[in-house]
Amino acid sequence: MSHEIPYIAAINEAIQLEMERDEDVLYFGQNIATTEDDPFLKAFGSDRVRVTPISETAEIGMAVGAALAGLRPVVELYMAEFMLVAMNQVVNEAPRFRYMSGGRVKVPLVLKAGYGFTAGWAGQHTGSIYSMFTGVPGLKVVLPSTAADAKGLMATAIRDDNPVCYFHHYLLTLEHGDVPDGEYLVPFGQAAVRREGGDVTIVATGFMVGKALAAAEALASEGISAEVIDPRTLVPLDLDTILTSVEKTGRLVLVDQATRYGSASAAIAADVAEHGFSSLKAPIKQVTALDATIPYSEPMEAFLLPDEAKISAAVHQVLGGSPVAA
Amino acid sequence: MDAELAQRLLSTMWRIRAFEERVAQLKRTMQVHGLIHLSIGGEGVAAGVCGQLRDDDAVYSGHRAHGHAIAKGAPLTGMMAELMGRVDGLCHGLGGSMHVVDREHGMLGATGVVGGNLPMAAGDALAAKLGGTDRVAVVFFGDGAVQAGHFHESVNLAALWQLPLIFVCENNGMAEFTSRAEHSPVDSVSDVVAPYGFKRATVEGSDVGAVWTGFGKFLKLARRGGGPFLLECRTHRRAGHYEGDAQEYRDELAEQEWAQRDPLARFQVQALAAGLIDEPTALEIEAQARAAVEAAVESARKSPFPTAELAAELVYA
Repeated sequence: MSHEIPYIAAINEAIQLEMERDEDVLYFGQNIATTEDDPFLKAFGSDRVRVTPISETAEIGMAVGAALAGLRPVVELYMAEFMLVAMNQVVNEAPRFRYMSGGRVKVPLVLKAGYGFTAGWAGQHTGSIYSMFTGVPGLKVVLPSTAADAKGLMATAIRDDNPVCYFHHYLLTLEHGDVPDGEYLVPFGQAAVRREGGDVTIVATGFMVGKALAAAEALASEGISAEVIDPRTLVPLDLDTILTSVEKTGRLVLVDQATRYGSASAAIAADVAEHGFSSLKAPIKQVTALDATIPYSEPMEAFLLPDEAKISAAVHQVLGGSPVAA
Repeated sequence: MDAELAQRLLSTMWRIRAFEERVAQLKRTMQVHGLIHLSIGGEGVAAGVCGQLRDDDAVYSGHRAHGHAIAKGAPLTGMMAELMGRVDGLCHGLGGSMHVVDREHGMLGATGVVGGNLPMAAGDALAAKLGGTDRVAVVFFGDGAVQAGHFHESVNLAALWQLPLIFVCENNGMAEFTSRAEHSPVDSVSDVVAPYGFKRATVEGSDVGAVWTGFGKFLKLARRGGGPFLLECRTHRRAGHYEGDAQEYRDELAEQEWAQRDPLARFQVQALAAGLIDEPTALEIEAQARAAVEAAVESARKSPFPTAELAAELVYA
């Protein structure tokens, strides 16, 4: 059985179910539970649902300490960029502690951060900065693109014994989708094939999955059959599903809302070049944001970001500029 | 203080001193190969604080952590093997001097980033409070950490949420290579937290009895649900910032002055004068500590280095 709810409600449903299931799960962050009627506060009380001051370092650092002591904190960070204030905790303490201790401790915590709010929120609230974290051993990085995955990946993140950066896309917040009822877990490291096709593989994450599917639909009318893969988690990455698809199609287009240099897209391109080179019939093509800060002005914002037309153009390019003969 | 406690404190301080003096020698011959920070001069703080804690109390420390770990109960064998990078080290040789963790004894490790684990200690104290136990968290840091944002964020939240956390500042007047006067116009660290309204005190860190008494008062209150507290211990860092530091930035203390600021020499003189200990016992305690350290070195030498498989396996739980 399933029910249709927005992406953001699916995230909250997972947190709520996990808090009911396990009393060690804490939820804290800025501006949560601003009224006494807050559903989390009413259900779980102010010991487990805690409003913090605007102190990202203390919020995340305390989550690390509470995790070391056996709890499972979920930290609400609102904007992914706010994690940058606490980079030492996110990068240098949380993911390294278990390793440096020789495996004597574990740090189960979730950093819930919204990203990619490219709707006029300008330079410091719109970044797709997940690749800053994919290069940190010890962190896991999750990017749900549907309401169902938003729920299932959050539940898995809370049960994971490692620090997990859970990045939810702000432009998906109110997108509705069918979400399975009750306990629902989406395993990490399993990509979803969103659309099957034989001519070209398109790998897209987060909000870009929808753009890639729209492009694939338009390409189908030209006789081009695109396969669309959503990795869902960047760490761990399901490279096998991508390589299997590229083996079939021989062509790869990567779509990433992030800036290109050092991006997740570039990392996947490198992996496919290393492990799937013999399958490739054309150079890999990346469709990413320009290497610039997202500007405020609406047309400029659109100019910088990947869209359906840019994805279609990239597909045409890897196919050699002409539609594939039937 | 009774004779038994005096002997226990002296023994802890000698174990730390003997361990660190031996580590310095091993460093010079590259048998300990990494970055090493010695705490000689700070043994009174480690012994006076950790000697009153239980295994379920959490201790967090900084880069100068050997003494805190040993005083908290970490075995010398595991400590020495760790510093020598061997698989039988407390962290299988993956952490080293700056990151020793001994969960069994409540040593929750150290950070190489000055003050970086202050909020983690607060999180541990939050878990203690929510768990309804009387256990406490203690975080050691130097006066150099006090000027960092994470100190103020942690102090604010610990005070706001009334956490059973005891901040223990070892104010040795030196932040790495420069003096406190160059870092802050506030001389006393306990003054920095004054507006938060919690209990704070400054004691002479080279006087282990003063540390014991000052910390004991706060610990008693923290066990009853009080907190946070801050104990500032004035100490002298005998060694450089790290082993190999030429220390051109400061003058060495005169031997006579060091004798007064050396927590071991000072306590030994006091305890002998008070009749808490006699000279043969004091010599025996030192000899036992040195023998235990030597046994730890021998044991570590027999331990292999960790394997590559271990390095890859431990990244994720």
